[in-house]
Amino acid sequence: MAGVLGWLRNPWGKPRWLGVVTLLYIAWSILPVGIAVLFAFNNGRSRTTWQGFSTRWFTGAVGSVFHDPALQSAFKHTLFLGVLCVAVATPLGVALALGLQRWRGPGSGVVNTMMLLPLVTPEIVMGVALLLLFLKIFPGLGLGTTAQAIGQVTFTLSYVVVIVRGRLVSIGREYEEAAADLGAPPHDQLLRVLLPLLAPAIIASAAVVFALSIDDFVVTQYLSSDASTTTVPMLLYASARGAPTPALNAIATVMLVVTLLTLSFAFFVYRKFAGGSDAAVAAALEV
Amino acid sequence: MTSRWTWRFLALPGVVWLSLFFIVAFYAVIAVAFGNQDSFSQPVPFWNPLDWNVGYVLDVLRDIWHGGQYLTVFLRTFAFVAIAMAVSLAIGYPVAYFAARHAHGKWGGIVLLALVLPFWINYLMRMLAWINLLSPDGWATRLLHSIGIERLFISLGLLSSRGGWLDGQESTVIFALVYGYVPFLILPLYASLDRIDQRHIEAARDLGASPFSGFLRVTLPLSRPGILAGAVLTALPMFGDYYTPDLVCAAPKCNMIGNQIDQLTRQGSEKVTGAVLTIALAVVLLVLMIYYLRATRRAGKEAAEA
Repeated sequence: MAGVLGWLRNPWGKPRWLGVVTLLYIAWSILPVGIAVLFAFNNGRSRTTWQGFSTRWFTGAVGSVFHDPALQSAFKHTLFLGVLCVAVATPLGVALALGLQRWRGPGSGVVNTMMLLPLVTPEIVMGVALLLLFLKIFPGLGLGTTAQAIGQVTFTLSYVVVIVRGRLVSIGREYEEAAADLGAPPHDQLLRVLLPLLAPAIIASAAVVFALSIDDFVVTQYLSSDASTTTVPMLLYASARGAPTPALNAIATVMLVVTLLTLSFAFFVYRKFAGGSDAAVAAALEV
Repeated sequence: MTSRWTWRFLALPGVVWLSLFFIVAFYAVIAVAFGNQDSFSQPVPFWNPLDWNVGYVLDVLRDIWHGGQYLTVFLRTFAFVAIAMAVSLAIGYPVAYFAARHAHGKWGGIVLLALVLPFWINYLMRMLAWINLLSPDGWATRLLHSIGIERLFISLGLLSSRGGWLDGQESTVIFALVYGYVPFLILPLYASLDRIDQRHIEAARDLGASPFSGFLRVTLPLSRPGILAGAVLTALPMFGDYYTPDLVCAAPKCNMIGNQIDQLTRQGSEKVTGAVLTIALAVVLLVLMIYYLRATRRAGKEAAEA
């Protein structure tokens, strides 16, 4: 009560108005998505007028996430690309991170810059570049699933390198040197000392790659071929304006849950094994 | 000691991958832009720089010089990004400041989580949410109508008809850009404000600075790297955006440079000109990219030395 009175007496005092602004911002940034999720459970065809609660757009017999062929196909293709991308980008990125961290000398600076470039290149530039690459240099591969997976690996690779290298820096060289002093040959230093220490970063980066892949829109759209290579984000783009039913909200909700679970998993693995403050972990996994 | 070749060997697959699918891919854009097209308007790239045909590049430059459609689109893109950036800073700075300086303990964690959460929600879903809310009978449209904002926007000329928020309105595109990218601005701002040593501000206060001038002369200058990093991180994806105008406006008068490139390349009417515009966009953004890479490298070095 005293707080309220104090606030009324001096609403421009220390951080109060900042607190109000922050609260309003958070509501503004999250509530709309919450409402979109709410309408996934609408018992009617409208995405704007509430007609009661129902799960028909998830499990109903007609036009639901579980039974509509187009939604099903997009969902499966999205997850398939995600798994493919993790399987390729994670080992590739871990090896590149290890290599870049210890490789000193001519060439390492150039490779370092090349590795960071995909992080700052606008996606449309990468999309056009990869599109022309597959049309003009690898016409045999062509557009479609393979091209989409290659494109996603190309822009997720750098995230793996950045996360794993952050962990490498914090581990330092002492463990390796200790192993070497005790007579471990180089491959044992790598496989039995360094990799176990890197495990949380590797698992976290794999989860981040999965989340980036299933949420990607531009590169995946540029490299798609026909309806069978449509992903959920592409579906959202194509039907957001004209969607006939809340089934679109429903599949977006399913994807949201998958992404949140994946990234929470990454967050907790990284924090449990690698330590560090919440802020540092969040920054490390910033996607 | 592990041989120095082991590390190069480990880096090799990644280096080959990036060379092939990033560097060569980018060279393909250049070869197409300086190439020709066949009678079906399909691009014929010229791989050898000695063969380069500057015709299509000159066409675009000529169009820009004479104030043609590409100049209009580029200028519109700059205007949208500049306005969206200014609004984002006005919203983002107070939020980042509060989160970094005044949200402590359990609340601090919750506030931080809420600031990170939008990153974890698909961009298109966040747009879908607003498309539902701003459709003619959507909840936001009704709210804006009943509190008079709709009428205010109509009288200011920012909205052309009642309930027509998604009907070719530039103001809605800017709103959507702010909503879409302000989280990218807040996090780097938060990080830089969080790093400021509290004692600097205390010293300013001890020396007689008012809270306001303490902020203006100590906190604000010290948070400059965060403002710049956030602005770059927000500007890069905004400049390359084509889906936001497509989704919330869907009219040629909202076309940004990304829309133009998308129509020419992916939708396929004229890939050569599309490649030229892609290079033009990349050249414009190169300044921002180089700045950001240098800043991160400097930060990395400082962290390694600390």
